[in-house]
Amino acid sequence: MVDINYAAPDTLDKAVALLARTGGAKVFAGGTDVIVQLHADLIEPELLVDIKNIPEVRSIAAEKGGFRVGAAMPAMKILDHKAFATAWPGVIEGVALIGSVQVKGRATIGGNLCNASPAADSVPALIAAGAVCTIVGPNGRREAPVETIVTGPGKTSLAKGEIIASFFFPARAPHSGDCYLRLTPRTEMDIAVVGVGVSLTLDGSGTCTAARVALGAVAPTPLLVAAAGAALVGTKVDAAALAKMAAAASAACRPISDKRGTKEYRIKTAAVIARRTAEKALERARAN
Amino acid sequence: MAKKAHVTLTVNGDEYEALVDPGQTLVDALRNELQLTGTKEGCSTGDCGACSIRLDGELVCSCLVLAIEADGRRIDTIEGMANGETLHPLQRNFLELNGLQCGICTPGILIAAKALLERNPDPTETEVRYWLAGNLCRCTGYDKVIRSVLAAAAEMRRA
Amino acid sequence: MASILEKSGFNPDKKLKIVGTNPVKHDGPDKVTGRAKFGADLMLPGMLFGKVLRSPHPHANIRSIDTSAAEKVPGVRAVVTRADFPELPFGTGPGDLSRNIMAREKALYDGHAVAAVAATSEAIAKKALKLIKVDYEVLPHVIDVRDAMKAGAPVLHPTLRTKGVEGAADKQTNVVERLVLAVGDIDKGFAEADVVIERTFDSQPMHQGYIEPQGCVANWTDDGQVDLWCTTQGTHVFRDRLGEILKMESAKIRVTQSEMGGGFGGKTGFYAEPLAVVLSKKARRPVKIVLTRSEVFRGTGPVSGTHYRVKMGCTKDGRITAADAELLFQTGAFTGSMYFNAPQAMFTRYALKNIRTVSYEVVSNRPKVNSFRAPCVPQIVFGVEQIINELAEKIGIDPIDIRLKNAMKQGDTTIYGQTFGPIGFVETLEASKKCDHYRSPVPKGQGRGVAAGFWFNRGGDTTGSLTVTPDGSVTLMLGTSDVAGSRLSISMMAAEELGVPLDKVRAILADTSSIGNNRVTAGSRTTFSSGMVIIDSARKVIKELCRRAAIIWKVPEDGVVFEDGFCKPASSNVGEFAPLSIAEIAAKTSVSHGAISGHSEMNVTGEGPGFGLHIVDVEVDKETGRVDIKRYTVIEDAGKAIHPLQVEGQYQGGAIQGVGWALNEEYVYGADGRLQNPGFLDYRMPVASDVPMVDTVIVEVPNPNHPYGLRGVGEVPVVPTMAAIANAIHAAAGIWPDSLPMSPPKVLDWIEAAQKR
Repeated sequence: MVDINYAAPDTLDKAVALLARTGGAKVFAGGTDVIVQLHADLIEPELLVDIKNIPEVRSIAAEKGGFRVGAAMPAMKILDHKAFATAWPGVIEGVALIGSVQVKGRATIGGNLCNASPAADSVPALIAAGAVCTIVGPNGRREAPVETIVTGPGKTSLAKGEIIASFFFPARAPHSGDCYLRLTPRTEMDIAVVGVGVSLTLDGSGTCTAARVALGAVAPTPLLVAAAGAALVGTKVDAAALAKMAAAASAACRPISDKRGTKEYRIKTAAVIARRTAEKALERARAN
Repeated sequence: MAKKAHVTLTVNGDEYEALVDPGQTLVDALRNELQLTGTKEGCSTGDCGACSIRLDGELVCSCLVLAIEADGRRIDTIEGMANGETLHPLQRNFLELNGLQCGICTPGILIAAKALLERNPDPTETEVRYWLAGNLCRCTGYDKVIRSVLAAAAEMRRA
Repeated sequence: MASILEKSGFNPDKKLKIVGTNPVKHDGPDKVTGRAKFGADLMLPGMLFGKVLRSPHPHANIRSIDTSAAEKVPGVRAVVTRADFPELPFGTGPGDLSRNIMAREKALYDGHAVAAVAATSEAIAKKALKLIKVDYEVLPHVIDVRDAMKAGAPVLHPTLRTKGVEGAADKQTNVVERLVLAVGDIDKGFAEADVVIERTFDSQPMHQGYIEPQGCVANWTDDGQVDLWCTTQGTHVFRDRLGEILKMESAKIRVTQSEMGGGFGGKTGFYAEPLAVVLSKKARRPVKIVLTRSEVFRGTGPVSGTHYRVKMGCTKDGRITAADAELLFQTGAFTGSMYFNAPQAMFTRYALKNIRTVSYEVVSNRPKVNSFRAPCVPQIVFGVEQIINELAEKIGIDPIDIRLKNAMKQGDTTIYGQTFGPIGFVETLEASKKCDHYRSPVPKGQGRGVAAGFWFNRGGDTTGSLTVTPDGSVTLMLGTSDVAGSRLSISMMAAEELGVPLDKVRAILADTSSIGNNRVTAGSRTTFSSGMVIIDSARKVIKELCRRAAIIWKVPEDGVVFEDGFCKPASSNVGEFAPLSIAEIAAKTSVSHGAISGHSEMNVTGEGPGFGLHIVDVEVDKETGRVDIKRYTVIEDAGKAIHPLQVEGQYQGGAIQGVGWALNEEYVYGADGRLQNPGFLDYRMPVASDVPMVDTVIVEVPNPNHPYGLRGVGEVPVVPTMAAIANAIHAAAGIWPDSLPMSPPKVLDWIEAAQKR
């Protein structure tokens, strides 16, 4: 923790250049994970590249009927954005659980994703929402779905020098709803034992036309469970469909036993939380 | 060893200058460089809230901010909460309703509660409890903490 | 020395002006403005920063420690290891203490201190730690008590022999002691029972969880004296123990207490403080050490985890006929759990004729345990009070009624031989039945539990002094610590005695060189004991005030009486004199006859036992095992609440600590013997949104041994909590929990097991 340097560039290009040039450089946004890791000697970066002075990563705006959210927007600012909160209540639920108000004053969804914890609370909701990352790096810009970013605990698919600049949330179809629920021993200040994000769309008759189900904390990475979504599509999201979806969610789990929960407990409760999340998303879809 | 950086911090309206390590946290700088020890450090991981401060108005844990990031920015700590000899209604209600026992979590809770009441002058008990979930208190069981915040809010609405 | 009781005793008819009110505490304003100084808040000129190197191994011989590279780092002023501490024999108090604060032959747990560095900055000290080379011979370790008792288990201390077992003298063991405490004949008792229940239970160690980590500044002067500033529950005990482990006279050590940011028993023992002292000696500069949260969890003492079996029987009409228990206590790497409290207290509140308990204290590769509110009792009451509810359920009577039926009363004798004076258990139970919570229906989908608890309350070695200043205001010197407002409560009693407004009284927490000995602030003894010596001091002052008034009036001493803050002629025969206030007497005589002050040193006795009952409503999520606390009421006898808001605060705070112990708090060890959750993220103490308001009923059955009738109130509030919650979970989900914490995975397992049956 002693020998580090700090830079706060004001453009993405400068940030990318610093990251690409310096051996042990690390992107520094909200800092709520990086500072903890720094002081626990878990990481020893030579350079922290603070991206908070870059306007592009610190904005939230309507785009093509959807929203573009800067990757380094503090969680509290996202929660306070009324139009976004109305469109994506499930994403808001995930973001709201990232930590205390104090932590959310700093923490960002870009950081929550790139810290690459399987239990990150905003990530299953982002995946369910179909959010797409805009990534800037030494070779220019590219886009990638959120579910492709985390490749293992603490590991991402980002190349050296790459930064996630923003997330694009597509326009919402009518009768759509999303939700994120998690299971933790406490009400707050906890890491998910199981987290589930669900986003679904109904047609005029109430039949599900699209559904995405994502799980957190039950595998080395957050999971997009296609079979769980498929179990809902074409149904009225009745009890039988929900049970099938929950079973698919449970079947996708590849958890470990650790201080936060046993393998068996996670598998069992993933089904329960998946069902409850889908029920809430359904309720929202019907109300929209 | 990396060179220390010069920072200018505006704390409770007063300007301070300090030399800080790039990896040094703001709570460390406040306490050890500026000798403002009202901000407490209970965990250094953002889990207890004892180091709560305002950074450009935003409620944050000062253990999760680098001092170098705060260069040129406005910081509000517990030392600036009272107006001269006049305590803030939150401070007074905590005293009168026994909202503190040992007092170590109190500065952080007061700072957090003030931020809440600025956003929401009439919070419910549940809203206060969730807002303060990031501030651990081991003495009180929270009952009198919550009552003190609600009483201060009611008093401030009447004023 | 019960002088004060003989002289004036308790007067229930006395009209009180200050005692029983709720003034603001004098130390409060500085605590809401950030000016109060806690352990980490002292800065001294030239001060160095100390950091501690800790063993990553749960059990290892320390072959050698090479500090040479660390010593060469610019800015490093001292490095200390075991070589810097006098060698003291293992198995003695000082020998064990010395080995716990700095590993000697072996590292005995993950987090055991092996070296410390003082440097001009914390960053430099941390860097130097990494350069210390410790050659460890890693040994097999043992974490669980039952494993530690097995034949062939890794032995922590080769010379340890079990006390209380015949023929143990030649056997290596991890069992420190076997203790039998019994009364009557349990076989006869169980033969009389119509219903007998026997169950086994276990509990996890729980950390005190104070928000302020240990922090201290030590300064070894060139004259060979030690000045130690620290957060502590016992300045004098720190001084004396420090003297023992450093082989120096207590008079050369001055311990000054900071404000204390929570202790709950955990700051009765010291850890880094002696390291700071020895670093300061070597560096010849003041040294500050503040523990990190991770060090607090890995290196300081939680309360004992347990495994135990309890068997109880009762007749059809609810009379408990016998109780039998076998108790295993973790003590961590060294003895000191105070496990003997458990057999004494676990059944005490019920008048039982036949009890047998066998208790074991066992070492394993965990940090040495320390006190926590009612040490070693609540985790055992967890089982006892469940069995009482189960008995009540089996015979079909109300759970409070079965407790009333067996409740101890004045004149009953305990298993440890004390015959109770006036106690308030029956009154507490009756108040519980009458309270709104118990009378209101259980909301749909919830379950309600009750459980009762007892704590001895303590007295002990205490010193205090009271001085009237020349302007008539009053200063107090206390030698105990103020954990949550005792300074104010004691000031209130002094003001009441002297008939002066509370604002004319101020108390300080004196350092060890300024005041005589005081036992640790623990056992719910402080407001009681320090209050007693201050009342005694006040009464000495009153006697002196009367003597001074007699001098002023030129009348015999017995012609003066003291009432409501004034000296008055005892009768018109003495003469016509206008009453003299304390201020007037002080102004007239302080210079001519010396300061007016009183001091008192006592081994305070006469503490009044405390009893409480908790009522809790819970909701159990039967699909996930999560338990939500919906409503909570604490009913407890305070004797007399000196400051009712502070008494309520004790009830509420204790209950919510118990909620954490009940539902989530636990130590998680990996197969490598390392603690997996040394932080507040994964050591899950309750947060504000986890709990409801806690209603309180203060029962007041005065303790006649105290001038105002008070009993201690600090420990009882955590004693019944886990049992009450377990009983509520039973009511909500039909299961009998047998393990703490009752965390979601366990509760779900119990529910599923019950469904399969």
